[in-house]
Amino acid sequence: MMTEKKSLREELTGLLGDKLVSLREALGETTIVIRASELPAVMVQLRDAEALRFAQLIDLCGVDYSEYRDWEGRRFAVVYHLLSHVHNRRLRVRVFAEDDDFPVVDSVAGIWPDANWFEREAFDFFGIIFTGHPDLRRILTDYGFVGNPFRKDFPLSGHVEMRYDPEQQRVVYQPVSIEPRVVTPRIIREENFGSN
Amino acid sequence: MPEIKNYTMNFGPQHPAAHGVLRLVLELDGEVVMRADPHIGLLHRATEKLAEHKTYLQSLPYMDRLDYVSMLCNEHAYVQAIEKLAGIDVPIRAQYIRVMFDEVTRLLNHLMWLGAHGLDIGAMTVFLYCFREREDLMDAYEAVSGARMHAAYYRPGGVYRDLPDSMPQYQASKVHNEAAIKRMNANRQGSLLDFLEDFTQRFPKHVDEYETLLTDNRIWKQRTVGIGVLSPERAVALGVTGPMLRGSGVEWDLRKKQPYAVYDRLDFDIPVGVNGDTYDRYLVRVEEMRQSNRIIKQCIDWLRANPGPVITANHKYAPPARESMKQNMEELIHHFKLFTEGMHIAEGEAYAAVEHPKGEFGIYMISDGANKPYRLKIRAPGFVHLSTLDEMARGHMIADVVTIIGTQDIVFGEIDR
Repeated sequence: MMTEKKSLREELTGLLGDKLVSLREALGETTIVIRASELPAVMVQLRDAEALRFAQLIDLCGVDYSEYRDWEGRRFAVVYHLLSHVHNRRLRVRVFAEDDDFPVVDSVAGIWPDANWFEREAFDFFGIIFTGHPDLRRILTDYGFVGNPFRKDFPLSGHVEMRYDPEQQRVVYQPVSIEPRVVTPRIIREENFGSN
Repeated sequence: MPEIKNYTMNFGPQHPAAHGVLRLVLELDGEVVMRADPHIGLLHRATEKLAEHKTYLQSLPYMDRLDYVSMLCNEHAYVQAIEKLAGIDVPIRAQYIRVMFDEVTRLLNHLMWLGAHGLDIGAMTVFLYCFREREDLMDAYEAVSGARMHAAYYRPGGVYRDLPDSMPQYQASKVHNEAAIKRMNANRQGSLLDFLEDFTQRFPKHVDEYETLLTDNRIWKQRTVGIGVLSPERAVALGVTGPMLRGSGVEWDLRKKQPYAVYDRLDFDIPVGVNGDTYDRYLVRVEEMRQSNRIIKQCIDWLRANPGPVITANHKYAPPARESMKQNMEELIHHFKLFTEGMHIAEGEAYAAVEHPKGEFGIYMISDGANKPYRLKIRAPGFVHLSTLDEMARGHMIADVVTIIGTQDIVFGEIDR
């Protein structure tokens, strides 16, 4: 198992060269970071190179790093989880969108067809634009929804609520009436807290 | 000859064969589907967002409500992600209990699927048969967790408690007299393991009954053979996993290929299809039920012979025993901190996947060291499967769309999350 992982690292560094921004191995998982501009080319290599053969895109998701601890980097990332049946290996690829206000990443729907819906989901939840996507529509939120609900600055209770208005005899939207509250605060302890 | 244009039709969201709240916009040429556009999200509850605002333990019951016919498998992926990130060791007995209940869950899921799929394409009886067996399995859920469906039984570091020594009994009522009650309670005299063992003895015969009804049934074959064919290459490219992938002839099962828990110690086979059509996927799932039964049997034997702890002794992640908490200040503090502030998970990211009855169910978790996940992504197999519907349904009749939805084993709890 260890030798296998080592060879994945070697193959990735050998194949991608300076296209590889960073490579990290932790918890038995390999994560690479690549540049948004080189994304489609690298992804095709990962899929087709004989030593890698990541034929299946298992997952694709957006991440908003704006409230992450002491984060100094780009705000939006897209994380791909790849699986190779031939070599029985997994790989995580992370790519950061260059512009925080208008995040754009190239689509991989032409490389793995299942990216189509995953990218629609990331577009819906984070507002990440995937250029070259055949049909970039919202997918999980309501028809006519405004905003990107999984961004960290979007409140948990949302902005609008829906009710039936008996006078107009239809469903209407109105600003939320519930107060936002925090039951358990988010706490980050210092290193080794309470370990002695 | 007049020119006939394609027309669009709404299928659902309140259609009984849509398996929940699927709105499907079908573009039809006569009765032939030219394009299918599923509109999903009618059951969207933003589980991932909610989890970012709750402690790790508080989010656990949400997992039951994702794929609400295979509850404990969802939980298994979730607790595995936490355990991987935090480096928690799980006692071996807890792992066997988890595997046993994962397989019970697989039976629950496949029975539900078989019943509903049969009902969708015109076989009424099999539904009643399947629900008869589901009842016993739900009783097993209830005995161990107190809930028939939403068990919330797994915990980071183990399971909530050990298996019970007695089964709940039926009580005499207006509709059942003493003799009937005695008969109904006959297999409930011993422990949960005895009850499940009795079930595993009976179950293969029940599977034979379903097969008698369906496998060689002419109508069943007419409705399923050659419908929704996926070639192996196409299935891989489309991201299809689980029985859908194996039905196309790709031998890929995480329980064998990337074993988690104690699957590498158990003896079972992976059924694989040949043609990749609806009928092959049916055969694969039926055989999986027989294999699950085998796994449950092996787990029962092991669990009988090997008592031991079922949850980790690391009280940073699992609560201390009630008794010691009453006598020991340290443990009282642990208990208090665990249930107010919650556990802290080391900074990092992890992806944990299980072979869920529907496919690969994964949890991708990013922690920044807080008492809540920074980001939780649920990789739901059904989401990917439904995205292939357009390709699978093209060129088929409207009635076959129902078959294809059935064979994909769609549950909206996990697709919409």
